[in-house]
Amino acid sequence: MKSSVIIFPGSNCDRDMDVALRKFGFKNQMVWHNDSEIPKSDLIVLPGGFSYGDYLRCGSIAGKSRIIKSVIDFANSGGLVLGICNGFQILTETGLLPGILQQNKYLNFICKNVFVKIKNKENKYFKNIKKEVLELHIAHNEGNYFCSKDELKLIEDNSQIAVTYCDQKGNDDEANNPNGALKNIAGIFNKDKNILGMMPHPERMIDPFLSGEDGSIFFENLIGS
Amino acid sequence: MKVKVIVTLKNGVLDPQGKAIQQTLNGMSFDNVSEVRQGKYFDIEVNESDESNAKTQVEEMCKKLLANLVIEDYKII
Repeated sequence: MKSSVIIFPGSNCDRDMDVALRKFGFKNQMVWHNDSEIPKSDLIVLPGGFSYGDYLRCGSIAGKSRIIKSVIDFANSGGLVLGICNGFQILTETGLLPGILQQNKYLNFICKNVFVKIKNKENKYFKNIKKEVLELHIAHNEGNYFCSKDELKLIEDNSQIAVTYCDQKGNDDEANNPNGALKNIAGIFNKDKNILGMMPHPERMIDPFLSGEDGSIFFENLIGS
Repeated sequence: MKVKVIVTLKNGVLDPQGKAIQQTLNGMSFDNVSEVRQGKYFDIEVNESDESNAKTQVEEMCKKLLANLVIEDYKII
């Protein structure tokens, strides 16, 4: 499976993602934001970081960069597009995913491990994962997912909620909401489920000695899908 | 000509920064402050002499980049 990680000025999880993808067998390539074409790929990843210094709104400038047109064309033709953290913010700013990531409710930068509940397994990102709850890492200042009531209804009706913040047992209630996100949303799909944006970083959880291995479960499923 | 734009959060959208500013002002004894909403202001120099044309262009800029219409409103002044 071939993958491409897009590097924007200010991306800082691009190398981690490259390491993770290669570890699980992806033939990965790094693509510069100012290129206009993406090499043949099965998966495009928009990595975490602070593209363009988070100027204007997180992800807004990256969402208009030269490479994005190719990402949108690829996504609209059914290709797999994964946005992690800042990548999720970029996907909402391009309009590929609905809603927006606002500043965390309590104005704090959150950097810690969290549990997320998988809400939908009928897609390539989660289909063969046996666990219901994954332990992943978050590190963000703007992860407070928001959308209009009408949009939320569409998202729920189409089963577009991918993962929600929860405790170890999978209780995704307000007590386990780290940033104020609507309905504890940590990640969503587009309608066709080929695009996934999520705040947690699976690429940071691929080493039994340094972190944990729930990120490994995510990538092992993805390479096999 | 110069076109000025103000971008504000829509009514009902949580503004934690505005809330923190309001609480700080209250703490500084500005007791009359009951709400603060924070926004953004843009000064845009457009190489266009016709005001109406310039504003039409800036309106497009607002819709496509300066404001995110999910949570923000814009006003051209």
